[in-house]
Amino acid sequence: MRVPISWLREFVDVPADVTDEDVHAALVKVGLEEEDVHRFEVTGPVVVGQVLSFTPEPQTNGKTINWCQVDVGVSTGSTPDIRGIVCGAHNFAVGDKVVVSLPGAVLPGPFPIAARQTYGHTSDGMIASARELGLGDEHDGILLLKTLGLDPELGTDAIHLLGLDDFAVEVNVTPDRGYALSIRGIAREYANSTGAAFRDPAAAVTPVDASGFSVTIADDAPIRGKAGVSVFMSRVVRGVDPSRPTPPWMVSRLLLAGIRSISLVVDISNYVMLEIGQPIHAYDLDKINGGFTIRRAKAGEKFETLDGQVRALDVQDLLIDDASGPVGLAGVMGGASTEISGTTTNVLVEAGNWEAITIARTARRHKLWSEAARRYERGVDPKVAAPGAARVVQLLEQLAGGTADPLGSVYDASVPPQPIGLPERYIANIIGVEYSADEITDSLAAIGATVELSEDGWKVTPPTWRTDLDDKSTLAEEVARIVGYDRIPSILPVAPPGRGLTREQRLRRSTANGLAAAGLTEVLAYPFVSQASNDLFGSPAGGTPAIKLANPLDPDAAWLRTSLWPGLIAVARRNLSRGLTDLALFELGTVVRPVAGTAYGSGPLPVGAARPSDDVLGALRASIPPQPWHVGALFLGDAITKQPGQAAVGGGLADALDAARQVASTVAAPLSIVTGSHQALHPGRTAELRVGDRVVGYAGELLPSIAADLDLPRVVGLLELDLDALMGLGRKDVAATPIASLPAATQDVSLVVAESVRAGELLAILVEGAGELLEHATLVDDYRGPGIPDGSKSLTFALRFRASDRTLTQAEATAAKTAAVTLAAARVGATLRE
Amino acid sequence: MPETPITEASVAAATDAAIAAISAATTMSELRSARSSHAGEASALAQFNASLKAVPADERAAAGKLVGQGRAAVGQALASREAELAVAEESARLGAEAVDVTAVPSRWRAGARHPLTLLMDYMSDVFVGMGWEVAEGPELENEWFNFDAMNFDEDHPARAMQDTFFVDPVDSHLLLRTHTSPVQIRSLLERPLPVYVVAPGKVFRTDELDATHTPVFHQLEGIAIDRGLTMANLRGTLEHLARAMFGDDAKIRLRPNYFPFTEPSAEMDVWQPNAKGGARWVEWGGCGMVNPNVLRAAGIDPDEYQGFAFGMGIERTLQFRNGMNDMRDMVEGDVRFSQQFGMVV
Repeated sequence: MRVPISWLREFVDVPADVTDEDVHAALVKVGLEEEDVHRFEVTGPVVVGQVLSFTPEPQTNGKTINWCQVDVGVSTGSTPDIRGIVCGAHNFAVGDKVVVSLPGAVLPGPFPIAARQTYGHTSDGMIASARELGLGDEHDGILLLKTLGLDPELGTDAIHLLGLDDFAVEVNVTPDRGYALSIRGIAREYANSTGAAFRDPAAAVTPVDASGFSVTIADDAPIRGKAGVSVFMSRVVRGVDPSRPTPPWMVSRLLLAGIRSISLVVDISNYVMLEIGQPIHAYDLDKINGGFTIRRAKAGEKFETLDGQVRALDVQDLLIDDASGPVGLAGVMGGASTEISGTTTNVLVEAGNWEAITIARTARRHKLWSEAARRYERGVDPKVAAPGAARVVQLLEQLAGGTADPLGSVYDASVPPQPIGLPERYIANIIGVEYSADEITDSLAAIGATVELSEDGWKVTPPTWRTDLDDKSTLAEEVARIVGYDRIPSILPVAPPGRGLTREQRLRRSTANGLAAAGLTEVLAYPFVSQASNDLFGSPAGGTPAIKLANPLDPDAAWLRTSLWPGLIAVARRNLSRGLTDLALFELGTVVRPVAGTAYGSGPLPVGAARPSDDVLGALRASIPPQPWHVGALFLGDAITKQPGQAAVGGGLADALDAARQVASTVAAPLSIVTGSHQALHPGRTAELRVGDRVVGYAGELLPSIAADLDLPRVVGLLELDLDALMGLGRKDVAATPIASLPAATQDVSLVVAESVRAGELLAILVEGAGELLEHATLVDDYRGPGIPDGSKSLTFALRFRASDRTLTQAEATAAKTAAVTLAAARVGATLRE
Repeated sequence: MPETPITEASVAAATDAAIAAISAATTMSELRSARSSHAGEASALAQFNASLKAVPADERAAAGKLVGQGRAAVGQALASREAELAVAEESARLGAEAVDVTAVPSRWRAGARHPLTLLMDYMSDVFVGMGWEVAEGPELENEWFNFDAMNFDEDHPARAMQDTFFVDPVDSHLLLRTHTSPVQIRSLLERPLPVYVVAPGKVFRTDELDATHTPVFHQLEGIAIDRGLTMANLRGTLEHLARAMFGDDAKIRLRPNYFPFTEPSAEMDVWQPNAKGGARWVEWGGCGMVNPNVLRAAGIDPDEYQGFAFGMGIERTLQFRNGMNDMRDMVEGDVRFSQQFGMVV
């Protein structure tokens, strides 16, 4: 809401030298947050001048300019003060009074004015158009003051004359405070904040009970039991002069409030809406037939609103009919057929009070966020309809030459606000401040409530404009804010002892810290991906079920990620484009993994403010798909860069597998790495990662053809693990065994096997075959060449044996090794290399 | 070979010659060669020693003493020179092994946590230190937990103002949570009272990415429900967090505001005593006393239990706490951004 200061002053005392900061500071104290300041940004000298003579001078570029002699009057020092000014406009005549910006003035832009040489003359200033002054869009010619009904003295300060010295503060009005979308409401809050006297504009006019226009309420489908209309007032004004201009003070206030001037009748309607908060609709009386009926739209019904749109109506939309059919979409926008025009002389003013939910739904359905709808949706004081209509009639009489007519209508079925019980101790118990009884009752009186003593405290009846006050907790806020939130002390509460982070929370942190310590950089990618990305990366063979957004920002990324890889790849590409070519990235995040064949979502929702049954809650909890935490990593470029004495070591599968080992080790899950396949990965460089029989992820190198399509280097190492699954399979506790300190016996063994035998497989066989004396085994060599048959390889393992209760003899170690070799021979045909 | 008689002069000559040769050795190999010539079997002193048995008995003791003294002196010289040479050789080796420590190859790779997740961990720890627990909930959420249970009426403008991402079809009532508040209601439904929890996490709004907006961002919300909690306790809790985050002189200012899930509601500003460019008030988040309707939605009697809730943006906190201007730096994943934080925020 933008609040022109000159307007605010009409209803509350504001210091003469007040600044925008002062007004903002006063309003923020009572909950109206500072948003902006609006000014015309014009500085003088800008004065009223009169055209004494002008000479048209055709130019070589085809234009004709006027060399004008303009008297800018007494205030600049000499009388007369005649200036020569070049003017490109032609809409004036000798004798017209105009607005002259003299050298030194600055017009909005900023556009500084100086005496300058142009078209062979020295132009000593500029004759301004309305647009150049920031007063609207009119730029077909210069502003003629007679068109505003003005005939001021020469030399008058035009900035003040036109209201260009006013400014507006803009505050954010929260959606519970519909009344503050008016100067009336803001002035009341300014008074509450500063203690200045408030003068209610709604009390400054006297409503008239006009009659003769029938009003029939035929709302046969109230929404949630609430009738669509509670108040419907109308008044007739005849003999309005359509040629009358809107006075400049009204134009400048409307502009500062963010509304363009359109025509006097429309401007007055808007002016009253801003002033009192009552949306007004003005009809051309001569296009209205008979009385009004208010009803819901029929299925399939269409209606043309005054913006020229033909709208297909919904049965919940509320219509105003006259005898010939619909004339308005109630509370939202009037109809085209009864619109005010440039020839309208007889006006019917309507001021209604329309129910918030009906208006909100209609506005949303038709995307018609009119100023009226915005106010009704937030609640309009039902008691300003009559004064609002009266104020419009008053202004039409004063400014437009109209005459009020006794014809009109009065319908008021508004329900008076219900009293709220306020126990004596309640506010102190909620706020933690010992307010005095006077502070409580004075604060509530200040917001317009009626306070009566009751048995255990007070009975508080909110004012009609505070539709948001419906519970004692809302009264607590009113008292706290009127007294001031700075009265609330700071007292740290003592929580009962907690149990720290959960196991999963600790393990996720350890995982992230471990990967970062290992040289990976954490990223947080957006979870929005394309369907193709989910199909490619979501699972090893495609066909991944996924969830789609109804309103994505980017239609090409309308799906929720099922894998962390698309995000990591996008981040890698961005880094590459910035010349960062050696990357090790990781992300810890959730993915959305709907189960195929399961329908998610829920039917109509239970209402708030009551605990649903366990069955209903269970259904709500079950309505969302699984969203496990995953950890993903990406490697490209060098893991170790080339340096003196150090060859480059390329990143890729090895890094991905090490990251997998590190994560598994962090969460104490026994990971096994086996040959795997994934459609997005290199067929010869893909590892399936398992714990026991459960596949928990994949590591590999991105399929080179995909890498090429994405402008990535050929080798991109990728890892993704289902961290929730991995944590679930990890050890929950450690039963420690004593550490044996007796000497170990170490032996190497070289085995010749077919090339197709995987080292990991052979190692597992050796571990199994050697039995419990084997403490540690690791692959140290893979040899192929002379001495080894074609199609075979020699794998050498270093074995370390130890017993916990005795010093092992070489003979015992050899026996264990032999047992291992025997099993390897039986399983995969391994032979000892001689 | 005629034997040289064992005399004081002959033993002294042999001893002097040996010591001279030992002293002259400048390497271990020269020393070995001197040892062999002057202390080996063929050396003069060894010969004297061997010939002792031929010395008449009455002269043998004196001759033996002479030879023994000579051999001991040579032995000492050898040992001493060997030690000297060993030190010199190790020193030479160390010299040869010297490298340019500013150019030793590095196999370390600089990694980093994202400052947003570090900050969430840090803020959570402040609450864990007070006995609070960290609660979590799904990012893809049912509309009831996000809105209805949080006292957003389906027709209230506050609901439309949240710029929500909905799942297709919209009547499935699934959405990306617009705040971490659904974790509040889930905590109230699932945990025994009293409840003191914080919920850090990702939230979503349909804002295009620019310098000050991102459609995916992070919040930390807290809720405490107990007997007798007041708005003074809310301020105390926020002030404690502010001091942990911004220094001992940080403080909290509350301004009236509106949120459907709290009543009274407040916007909170934090006094940041150590801000670059001078201490200042900064808008930090929203808070208030939990609306009785939220308690009712969790089956809690608002006349028995009451409490407070608050929430702040992690991006915003990082922005003004660590002095950065452009939201895009936080979401693009440029490794240089996170690496300037490393493991410390």
